[in-house]
Amino acid sequence: MREIHVSSIVDAVKKLCMEANYSLEPDMLRAFAGALQTERSPAGRQVLQILQQNAELARTRRIPYCQDTGFVVCFVELGQDVHVTGGGLYEAINEGVRQGYREGYLRASIVRSPFDRVNTGDNTPAVIHLDVVPGAELKIQIMAKGGGCENRSKYKMLTPAEGVDGVKEWILECIRTAGPDACPPLIAGVGVGGTFEQAARLSKKALFRELGTPNPDPAVAAIEREVLERANRLGIGPQGYGGDTTAFGIHILTYPCHITSLPVAVTIECHAHRHKEALL
Amino acid sequence: MITTGADGIREVTPPLSDADCESLKAGDRVRITGVMYTARDAAHARLLPLIDAGKPLPIDVRGQIIYYTGPSPARPGDVVGSIGPTTGGRMDKFTPKLLALGLKGTLGKGARSQPVKDALRRHKAVYFGAIGGAGAVLSGFVKKLEVVAYEDLGTEAIRRLEVAGFPAIVVNDCHGGDLYQDGMKAYAKEES
Repeated sequence: MREIHVSSIVDAVKKLCMEANYSLEPDMLRAFAGALQTERSPAGRQVLQILQQNAELARTRRIPYCQDTGFVVCFVELGQDVHVTGGGLYEAINEGVRQGYREGYLRASIVRSPFDRVNTGDNTPAVIHLDVVPGAELKIQIMAKGGGCENRSKYKMLTPAEGVDGVKEWILECIRTAGPDACPPLIAGVGVGGTFEQAARLSKKALFRELGTPNPDPAVAAIEREVLERANRLGIGPQGYGGDTTAFGIHILTYPCHITSLPVAVTIECHAHRHKEALL
Repeated sequence: MITTGADGIREVTPPLSDADCESLKAGDRVRITGVMYTARDAAHARLLPLIDAGKPLPIDVRGQIIYYTGPSPARPGDVVGSIGPTTGGRMDKFTPKLLALGLKGTLGKGARSQPVKDALRRHKAVYFGAIGGAGAVLSGFVKKLEVVAYEDLGTEAIRRLEVAGFPAIVVNDCHGGDLYQDGMKAYAKEES
């Protein structure tokens, strides 16, 4: 049994929250540069250039890329030979969020209840998804998930008869209706299969895959490619001003499903795609 | 007041008149200089009952621009943290009533409802768009900031900003023009 003290979890999460909000990952920076090569719209190109400047300014001045510093969505892979000591795992993650957001001058965007809507003041709690895996390591992935794009995420129970074409149409419908509201160019995380909640969870998990990397299953990768190509024919463009770059990626994850079902969840993610991970 | 800069960009300085707003067309690039007020979901929810009761608001909206944003906290020595726009559509329920009181501009990102577009025409007002997610860049155009109402709302308080050359674009004008619809039409390709 390997022991990991909660203090190292607090420190790791704190750092991940800050770095995610200041420094976009290289895959996003590559996506901006790539889109500038193909985007025909002058307004769209200007938006992409400003986003590049924004990323550079955020990184060097350590101010958030976007003022919506997000809901912290945390995927944890806990090795079954790890013993967390000194306190609770979830409490440690939330303490890391609290410290990261307060000390990093990040916005507190979470209200304690959807009904009374009083701000918790420190961006806690996080949404935490836990998987127990073989081994003696603890992997923590965090995403600072913006609210504007999250509001455009959708779910649909298709029938098996609607099949692959139905799934493609539904993803495109989600991108079309997200439109300018979700800060395109966007990324669609798609969970197909499982149950209602499993599909939704997969749609978030899918966003952690490096942009430009296809699903390892060639049949699924072909769907991703086709939907991306069709999404970029919609004309929505950067920030919705019209253009060829509406989406940077379609990331699909699948799970076995019931003979009656074809659940499809689509998490819409904006160009402020802020995610980081740590391995303890 | 609105003038045109040497580079063709419209220089917008509140307060704005009917004629100022009529001169703006969807797709026009603008620079905003002077005062703007911030307000988003929670502040609008507090303004609504005041409007409905005919009571005075904590800010005089006549001729002004409301910027839909909730900034991140400023580091010591900075005016503000990151300050990009939030989705305007969530304020659709409130906007026609504010426009009826003389508000001339709103600034956000994302599409507005038909009742808001109708109210823009009726009251000669404009919906501007700023680049969502460019909050670090946009913070550089904010020269002064003070909370003027609802401090308990934190990031959602109403703030008075003084901005210089704040870049935006006209999304919906008072003639029915819509940048999002025009832009999408211009670049959409047929399904192959």
